[in-house]
Amino acid sequence: MPLTGSRDRTSSFLDQRVLDVSARRRETLRNLAFLSPWLLGTGLFFLYPLASTAYFSFTHYNGFGTATWDGLDNWRFVFADYPFFWPALRNTLWLVVVMVTLRVVAGLAIGMLVIRIKRGAGLLRTLFYAPFLAPPVAGTLAFVFLLNPGTGPVNTILGRLGLGEPGWFNDPAWSKPALTLLALWGVGDLMVIFMAALLDVPKEQYEAAELDGAGSVSRFRFVTLPHLRPILGFAVITGVIATMQYYTQPLIAGQVASGQIGGSGQQVEPGYPAKSTLTLPQLVYNLGFQRFDIGAACVIALVLFALSMAFAAALMRRDSVFLGGDG
Amino acid sequence: MTPRVRASLEWVAVHAFAVAATLFFVLPFVFVALTALMTDQQSLSRDLWPNPFQWHNLVDVWQTPGFGTWWRNTLVYAAAGTVLTVVSSVPVAYALAHFRFRGRRLAMMMVIATMMLPPQVVIIPMYLVWAKQLHLSGTLWPLIIPLAFGDAYSIFLLRQFLVTVPREYLDAAKVDGAGELQVLLRVVLPMIKPAIAAVALFQFFYCWNDYFGPQIYTSENPGAWTLSYGLGTFKSAHHTNWNLTMAATLLVMAPVIALFFMAQRAFIEGVTLTGVKG
Repeated sequence: MPLTGSRDRTSSFLDQRVLDVSARRRETLRNLAFLSPWLLGTGLFFLYPLASTAYFSFTHYNGFGTATWDGLDNWRFVFADYPFFWPALRNTLWLVVVMVTLRVVAGLAIGMLVIRIKRGAGLLRTLFYAPFLAPPVAGTLAFVFLLNPGTGPVNTILGRLGLGEPGWFNDPAWSKPALTLLALWGVGDLMVIFMAALLDVPKEQYEAAELDGAGSVSRFRFVTLPHLRPILGFAVITGVIATMQYYTQPLIAGQVASGQIGGSGQQVEPGYPAKSTLTLPQLVYNLGFQRFDIGAACVIALVLFALSMAFAAALMRRDSVFLGGDG
Repeated sequence: MTPRVRASLEWVAVHAFAVAATLFFVLPFVFVALTALMTDQQSLSRDLWPNPFQWHNLVDVWQTPGFGTWWRNTLVYAAAGTVLTVVSSVPVAYALAHFRFRGRRLAMMMVIATMMLPPQVVIIPMYLVWAKQLHLSGTLWPLIIPLAFGDAYSIFLLRQFLVTVPREYLDAAKVDGAGELQVLLRVVLPMIKPAIAAVALFQFFYCWNDYFGPQIYTSENPGAWTLSYGLGTFKSAHHTNWNLTMAATLLVMAPVIALFFMAQRAFIEGVTLTGVKG
């Protein structure tokens, strides 16, 4: 990446020539000095391991001895024979469609609620935001307990109300809805972002719409929504990217609900119950650190990389403010 | 329907929704706390209210072998990680916000790409380097050292804040003969204190809550476990019931929630900054 001082577009050609070579060199050195931690970090912790992951994906390697080249074998294995890959991808799709959508809708609804409350809004904001900060392991344990089918408080209450008692984290049909409840509990980050955006909508536009006889539904549709569009896009794309990385909650939920401990080298079937909580990052861990199949683990890592970067590119394309800022 | 009736119906609807939302967000904490104080038999029953309140559960968990070590390790990881992240990220963010050089846009794109990168993508080569070449697996070093090289999320956040610092301030300081580093330390740093507070808090929380990193690098050595990792093994490893597991959960949640209540202004400003301000 060239780091020489770029030409200041506003200055004239003559000014440029006055800048002598040593001043420019000093500027380049200064840029390098300020950027050096990150340049080193990007090389050591991103580009090198990425290249290495790509290489390993074409080799047979168990972490000991040497890696031997085996062409596309790992790729064929993952896409054709590995029984966990497609379920994990299907689960991810489910989570993107249901969990991300519900989180965005709930974040907006809760944000709109809090800004309409006159007294105690500050307290509500604090209470609604706090669960977002609960450590994922702790939050997941709490929900596995709350939703445990036998003695959990939720089923206890549902039972007393005479309603059905789902199996939640122990039932393949209910495990992802249970994870979605956990994700909705931590919707505080989106709430805060939506609140800031909602407060930015000019009040006069609501008043004008009201004078035109617009009800609350059409005010939302024609005034609020257009203003929120960029933030909605941001929330959806970052939500999708976060879903690609979804790891701790489904892993802990599966382990605790099944009663298994999953340590390094142990053969534990991931994704309890019935692969319904599998996600791609868990496969990297399972293949690489439990089955010592480094090659196949690296194939999954690259799939994960391609998906994440595709959405990151979408984010950069639509939100150019993300990159610019000072023009 | 008269406007008055309409308004009061709306008031009722809004407040009913507020009550429901409050129950949804707060009740999980309440049930966790109540269960943490139950006896073994009670936590195996459908009781919702502890009878008697067994306060020594919290003490028992605190005295579980390892719990104190997990605490210390978590504090070391979070404190060292936070300091290193701030020190290494500020100059990078400053350069990205105020220096003009070719490739700046590309550098910003790289920062965002790194920010969006799932840690699992690069974990295998990273683990092989830390474990087989540097022989540092089973310690906290593989978690802490990378944070001395700038954290993409922190760089991004600080940079978004730094571009709002007017260039005139910086130029004025330079006219007075201050070097670039002096400008950063004496002029810029005092102006961006809120952003630094937000970044420091986020990083502290990130380290405190991190599960994947400690799982990969420390699982082989219980002496290096952190609270998040230790808590994940708690129920099955100690064959405990829900009461003690919830007591442990409560003890792991409490510090971060307390920290949030103390520093929520800085926090919420920081969250807003990531999403709204361009």
